[in-house]
Formats: sequence, structure tokens, C-alpha cells
Amino acid sequence: MHRILSNEVLAPDVHRLWVEAPHVIRKRRPGQFVIVRASEDGERIPLTIADVDPARGAIALVIQGVGKTTMFINELPAGGSLLDVVGPLGRPTRIEPGSRVCCVGGGIGTAVVYPIACGVKSLGGRVVSIVGGRTRDLVILEAEMRHVSEQCIVTTDDGSYGMKGLVTDALVELLDKGEVFDEVVAVGPLPMMRAVCDVTRSRNVPTIVSLNPVMVDGTGMCGGCRVQVGGEQKFVCVDGPEFDGHQVDFDGLAARLRAYREQEAAALVQFRRDHDLECEAMGTV
Amino acid sequence: MAKKIGQKTKTPMPCRDAVERSHSFDEVAQGYTAEMAIAEANRCIDCKNRPCIAGCPVEIDIPTFVAQVGAGDFEGAYRTLSSKNLLPAICGRVCPQEDQCEAECTLGVKFDAVGIGRLERFIADWAAEQGLEPVAEVAEPTGHKVAVIGSGPAGLTVAADLARLGHQVTVFEALHKAGGVLIYGIPEFRLPKSIVAREVHALERMGVEIKTNHVIGRTFTVDELFSELGYEAVFIGTGAGLPHFPKIPGLNLIGVYSANEYLTRSNLMKGYRFPESDTPMIRGRRVAVIGGGNTAMDAVRTAKRLGAEDAILIYRRSRVEMPARAEEVEHAEEEGIEFILLAAPTAILGDDRSRVRAIRCERMELGPPDASGRRSPVPIPGSEFDIEVEVVVFAVGQGANPLIRDTTPDLHVNKWGYVKADPQTGATEKRGVFAGGDIVTGGATVISAMGAGRRAARAIDKYLSTQSPDGFA
Ligand SMILES: Cc1cc2nc3c(=O)[nH]c(=O)nc-3n(C[C@H](O)[C@H](O)[C@H](O)COP(=O)(O)OP(=O)(O)OC[C@H]3O[C@@H](n4cnc5c(N)ncnc54)[C@H](O)[C@@H]3O)c2cc1C
Ligand SMILES: Cc1cc2nc3c(=O)[nH]c(=O)nc-3n(C[C@H](O)[C@H](O)[C@H](O)COP(=O)(O)OP(=O)(O)OC[C@H]3O[C@@H](n4cnc5c(N)ncnc54)[C@H](O)[C@@H]3O)c2cc1C
Ligand code: SF4
Ligand code: SF4
Ligand code: FES
Repeated sequence: MHRILSNEVLAPDVHRLWVEAPHVIRKRRPGQFVIVRASEDGERIPLTIADVDPARGAIALVIQGVGKTTMFINELPAGGSLLDVVGPLGRPTRIEPGSRVCCVGGGIGTAVVYPIACGVKSLGGRVVSIVGGRTRDLVILEAEMRHVSEQCIVTTDDGSYGMKGLVTDALVELLDKGEVFDEVVAVGPLPMMRAVCDVTRSRNVPTIVSLNPVMVDGTGMCGGCRVQVGGEQKFVCVDGPEFDGHQVDFDGLAARLRAYREQEAAALVQFRRDHDLECEAMGTV
Repeated sequence: MAKKIGQKTKTPMPCRDAVERSHSFDEVAQGYTAEMAIAEANRCIDCKNRPCIAGCPVEIDIPTFVAQVGAGDFEGAYRTLSSKNLLPAICGRVCPQEDQCEAECTLGVKFDAVGIGRLERFIADWAAEQGLEPVAEVAEPTGHKVAVIGSGPAGLTVAADLARLGHQVTVFEALHKAGGVLIYGIPEFRLPKSIVAREVHALERMGVEIKTNHVIGRTFTVDELFSELGYEAVFIGTGAGLPHFPKIPGLNLIGVYSANEYLTRSNLMKGYRFPESDTPMIRGRRVAVIGGGNTAMDAVRTAKRLGAEDAILIYRRSRVEMPARAEEVEHAEEEGIEFILLAAPTAILGDDRSRVRAIRCERMELGPPDASGRRSPVPIPGSEFDIEVEVVVFAVGQGANPLIRDTTPDLHVNKWGYVKADPQTGATEKRGVFAGGDIVTGGATVISAMGAGRRAARAIDKYLSTQSPDGFA
């Protein structure tokens, strides 16, 4: 059992939970994730370790409610608990000390790129960050990103906040101005990561992306997290989650992420129905 | 003192009706009644040279135990059994007896061998019903600490044997439940999970600490188990690793699984109860499973139970070469599994939504025997044909898990990534580190993993008292 120390709303459907997991923080490095199971009969889902607090022996999870499990977890109150937290899993980000890195986060991806930006800074590197959201409310962790960046550009698709446009628009502007990066790290929805890779490929800027396939064990046993990278089969939980973005087969990954769409939708409908009944019974609606 | 031969055939195992059971995850084989067990035991002719014992990797005193069953002394039989075998209820169910103990049985030369596995299962189940505990006296604490990585049959055996000797043992398990393949791989209809849970619980009663959700190589490295946590010896029993896929087009289509994933979703995550449980699986109307071992048989019978109208097994050799237990192949046939033999996939075909539509296969013929002694399949040119399916499950073996190897630089592995260990002692070339089970041999059997665990426990005990391992170093 892992106690939830706090649960705060960062954006609509996006929560940050601080969860006790002392066995995880000991060795955790930027880029790594945990696998969480909220309850008996619950699914095992991977979540990035967004931050650590050694004093409390706790990790931060920033979770977007997209389906049954993530919505269930986001509703757990401080003082509640998660049944299982396994980790740290995956290979840590490879960070060259003193490098200059452009960290691009789209939507929930900002929570994945934030610990990487912290890692770059702590190794004497410099970070320029681009944080995007569809609209103002969906931009998360801006203050945290500013804190570790020499420059932080915010973009929104609808122009409700920061620069109007996509994160790639901001990236193109930076590169066209002559900014030089040793590397771009991009994390967000697949179309965004693919678009970033298209921008950097022609300009020869090495680009790392963090992939989010469906996982089960996270230990290299089931093979469910396989993706094609540079024509080779890779297993994201043990070989990743970060890969050379210019080599990733995004189409294959996108297709595999749709595998359970119908079942997921059914599970969510049922979850919502049960949840509404429960609220009704407790007189909260 | 050899007795006269009586009944020539094995007493049949009562099984649930094939049609009914092919829709249910309840156990198929029901087990002998006491009368059946006594009748079967009395078929044993008590051979003087006792050849059956040599066929058992943990050397159960089979003639004595069988005679005790025959005499109705079930408690005595249980004591004989449990003094050698930690997990008799499991081995009685899943050992490939026809290749092991029963292969050596004298009666088997002309008639059916004595049903040693079935008797073993009967006695273990009887003892559980009576609430008998395994012989589990624990010696005075020695003060030595040992870490065991992995809670499959190898790890469980090492842990039990060392705990009996008074050592303090911690088992680190990556998943949220202990048991290894016994929990995530072998389905409920063949090995009820309550039996595995009972054996794990017995270990805990002996004072073994089981830490689930601990991935060694990540949460702690092997070196940290020594330096930070103060263990004096480490046993690696992490089982086989990443599943193999053949190099054919279409592997990333939706509906393609490894058997490990398919079975883990169903067994460990209870996907067969979705949406009551949260882990989904694709339930095709037509499912093809590729392979001929126990894993393939478990996957294809699981597909049937998940509602497939056609559950098809595709194997590249002929039926006699199938490595699966004979009983499982028979059960699969009775349940209406379709066998396509002497065929191998060449491509998986998808529809416009990236879902599996069909599997393309080519016919094979058997050529001369290969290194394993089995006749190797050779493709027949121009023999390709398509089978319409929605799900394809590959059960064609697995490699070694990279996590421990990659984080333990001085651990030696062979060219396939399996840990090099002395077959007699499990000692590796790294001081204080022992290994056994599938991570050393590649995919093998439950009882051979237990045998390796038993030998390693003996060597670890010796190492702790003398600090000098047999074998390497
Ligand atoms: C290495 C890694 C790190 C991640 N980090 C974060 C994070 O920090 N914050 C965050 O909000 N999300 C993160 N994710 C994604 C998160 O795991 C999924 O959103 C979650 O599993 C969805 O579960 P659900 O039941 O709520 O939704 P579902 O209804 O099950 O699924 C919604 C969508 O999520 C994806 N998904 C479903 N099951 C899984 C699974 N077992 N593993 C991965 N994806 C799945 C599918 O694309 C699906 O269409 C990460 C994924 C990976 C692989
Ligand atoms: C579907 C299937 C059916 C089978 N049927 C039969 C049968 O009928 N009869 C038979 O005799 N054999 C059968 N086998 C083979 C048999 O199950 C294996 O040979 C046996 O389980 C191997 O035991 P083990 O202890 O070496 O490893 P496993 O049982 O594989 O257990 C290893 C454990 O270690 C854990 N682990 C792995 N890496 C780490 C890590 N880094 N840190 C912590 N823990 C870790 C794993 O999660 C797992 O729980 C079958 C196998 C499968 C897959
Ligand atoms: S443990 Fe297996 S091999 Fe040994 S006697 Fe029992 S069934 Fe036979
Ligand atoms: S070989 Fe068969 S008949 Fe002979 S003692 Fe063993 S079990 Fe009995
Ligand atoms: S999640 Fe199972 S191998 Fe990666």
C-alpha cells in the first residue's frame, strides 16, 4: 500500500499526486517511470515519475484522466492509497553534462519532459523549453518549467495564452533565429512528437522522444510494448522509453495504441455509471 | 518381492465434460477418488531396482510412496512425498510425467505406466483437505541472510530449503503476485491459483519474507543486495524473458500477441473477467496459436474459453514431435481445438484499421533430424495458404531477460544471454551469486527448475558456512 499524501488539480482532468514510494526514489533518475495498480483487479498502468521528494520518501505522478484507471486514480483523496507501485522502470535519460537542450512538452507530455529538464540543469546544462496546450487551461507545470529553463515559451493552439500556435511553430522560430541545441527532447501526443521530428530531421538536430505504448508487466516479459525503431523491434519497458525520434515508426505505435479502444470505451461507460450511482447514493449530486 | 501384474491400463482420470469445460476456467481434471488411487497404486509391481526414482528430478521415493497409497496409508504417503517435493500438488498436475518418472516405469514397457503423477496429486490434495502441513520444521536461526530473485518454482524451492536450514531468506519478485509462471502463465483450468497461493503461504509461515513489486536490476541491483542490504548470497531465478517473434511481416498489427502477454492478461490480470477486472483482451472469433509446447496448448485452450468459435493450433512439425504434455494435447483435441500440423506462418495480413485479418502459412515436410534429434521441418515451395483469423498468438519460445545481466557487469552469460552456472551447484562466476531454472537452461520444466533450486540451496548453505562455493571461483 502506498499512501497518497496529496492530490491537486493542475488542469481539467489533470492531477498531481504525491505518493509514498521510498523503495522507488532511492535509485530513480530522470526519464524513468513506475507501474501502478490502484486496486485488486485493477490494470497495471505506466506513469512517469514527474518529481521526487526524498524527505517524505514520495514521488509525484501527474496524471491525465483518459480512461477508467486514470480517472479512478485522479479521484483518490489524500490519505487514500495505491495498491502497487513498481519501479523505477525504464532506462534513465542519457544526459551529456553541460549540454544545451530544447525540452518540448505538449499537454500531459510536459510532466514527462519536466524531470528530464531538471536532469539537464543539474548536470550543468542549459534548457530552453517550449510548453504547449490546446488552450490556456491545459498548459501545465509552467512555473516548474520556467524555474529550470533559461527561456520558456508557452504556446496555445487557440492563442488564449502565450504564443498562438503549435509547439513546432515556436521550435521553428527558435531554430530559424539561429539557436543551436545539442539535442531536442520532445514528449507529447504522437502527432506532436512526429511533427517535432519532421522539423528537426531536415535541420539535423538529434531528437529524443519518450514513447507510451500499452504495457503489462514493464519488466521485459510480455513483449506487449514492442515498437519498431530503425527497423528493429524494441521493447519500450526495457530498451526505452526514450528513443531516437528520427527512427521511430510512429504509425505502428499509433495503431497499437488503438488496440483496445472499444473495450476501453465500454469500461469507461460502466465506470461512469457506477460512479454516478455511488455519488447519488452518498447524496453528493 | 515383485508382485503380479494386475490391471494393465492406467485408471482413467475423471475429467469435466469436454464441451462444458471448453467454456469455463474451472479445473479440467478432477482428481482420483480414494478408491481409484488405491486401485492405481496397487498396479505397481514394486520393482527391486526401482527405476522410476531416477526419472524424477527431485528423486521422490516413488515405490515407497505408491505402496503407502496402495495400503491406504495416505498420511504416510504424504510424508514420503513432502520430504522430497515442496510442491507435490503442483508437480502432480504439471510435470511431463511421460518424459520423467513414468517414462522409466517397468510396467510402461508393455502396458501403461503407473499413474505416478496422478497419485502424487491425489495425496497432495488429500493432505490439503485434511489441513496437513508440509514437513516444515525450521532450524535454529543461523544469522545468515540470503536474497532470492524471482518467485517461480526455482526461487520458491531455494527459499524453502534455506529457510528450513535456519537462514533468513527474502524473495524479491517483480510482479505483484508470487509464483512466476505458475501464476501468470499456466491457466486456472490446469492449475488452480489457490494451490499456488497455498504453497506461497506455507513459505511465509516458515518465515520467508516475500517482497513483491521489486524489480532487481532497477529497484536494487545485485551488487546493492550485498553492499546495501547485507545479503551474503544471492540466488537468481528470474525465469525466461522476452518472447520471440518470427521475422515475418505484420507483427505489429492489432491482435498479435506473444503467449506471455496473452496468458498474463488472462491469468494474472484476470482479463477473462473483463470488464469486471480492468485489463482488456481482444477476443477473436477465430484465433490462431503458433507453437507446439505447453505454452501454445495453454494459449489455444484459453482462446476457446474466451469464446473463440475456432481456436486453431499451427505447428511446423507433426504431432509426435510436439513438446507439450501428452495429456494436454489430448484434452485440447477433446475440447475441439483444430490442429494444423506441418505448417508455419510466413505473414500476418491486416485490414485497413491495422487489425489482423488472416495469417498466411506454408506447408512443411520433415527432413533429417536436427541437433535436437527431432526431424527438422522444410518448407514446401509454392504451398502458401491463408487462414482467416482475428487474433494470432505466438508461443515459439523466449530469450533471456536483460535487466539483471545489463546491471551486473561481472555476471557471465552465454551467447543467448542465459546465466552461466555450474549445473551441480548453481554457482556462477560471480562470488556469492547462484542461479537456476529457466534463466540458466532456457525454457524447461517446473520440476527441473525445482531441482536446480534444491541443488543451489545445498551449495548456498555450504557457501555460507565455509565461504567457498563448489564449482567456479
Ligand atoms: C512509459 C510511460 C509513461 C507514461 N507516463 C504518463 C504520465 O506521466 N501521465 C499520464 O497521464 N499518462 C502517462 N502514460 C500513459 C498512461 O499509462 C495511460 O494514459 C493509461 O495507461 C491509461 O489508462 P486508463 O485505464 O485510464 O485508460 P484506457 O481507457 O485504458 O486507455 C486510454 C488510452 O491510454 C492508452 N493505454 C491504455 N492502457 C495502457 C497501458 N497499460 N499502458 C500505456 N498506455 C495505455 C491507450 O492508448 C488508450 O487508448 C505513460 C505511458 C507510458 C508507456
Ligand atoms: C504457459 C506455460 C505453460 C507451461 N506448462 C508447463 C507444464 O505443464 N509443465 C512443466 O513442467 N513446465 C511448464 N512450463 C515451464 C515452466 O513453467 C518453467 O520451466 C518454470 O516455471 C521455470 O521456473 P523458474 O523458477 O526458472 O522461473 P519462472 O517461473 O519464470 O519465475 C521467474 C519469476 O521471476 C520474476 N522475475 C523476473 N525478473 C525479475 C527481476 N529482475 N527481479 C525480480 N523478479 C524477477 C518473474 O516475474 C517470475 O515471477 C510452462 C511454461 C509456460 C510459460
Ligand atoms: S515430481 Fe514430477 S517427475 Fe517426480 S515423481 Fe512427481 S510427477 Fe514424477
Ligand atoms: S517402476 Fe513402476 S512398477 Fe516399478 S516400482 Fe516404480 S512405479 Fe512401481
Ligand atoms: S511491458 Fe511487457 S515486455 Fe514491456
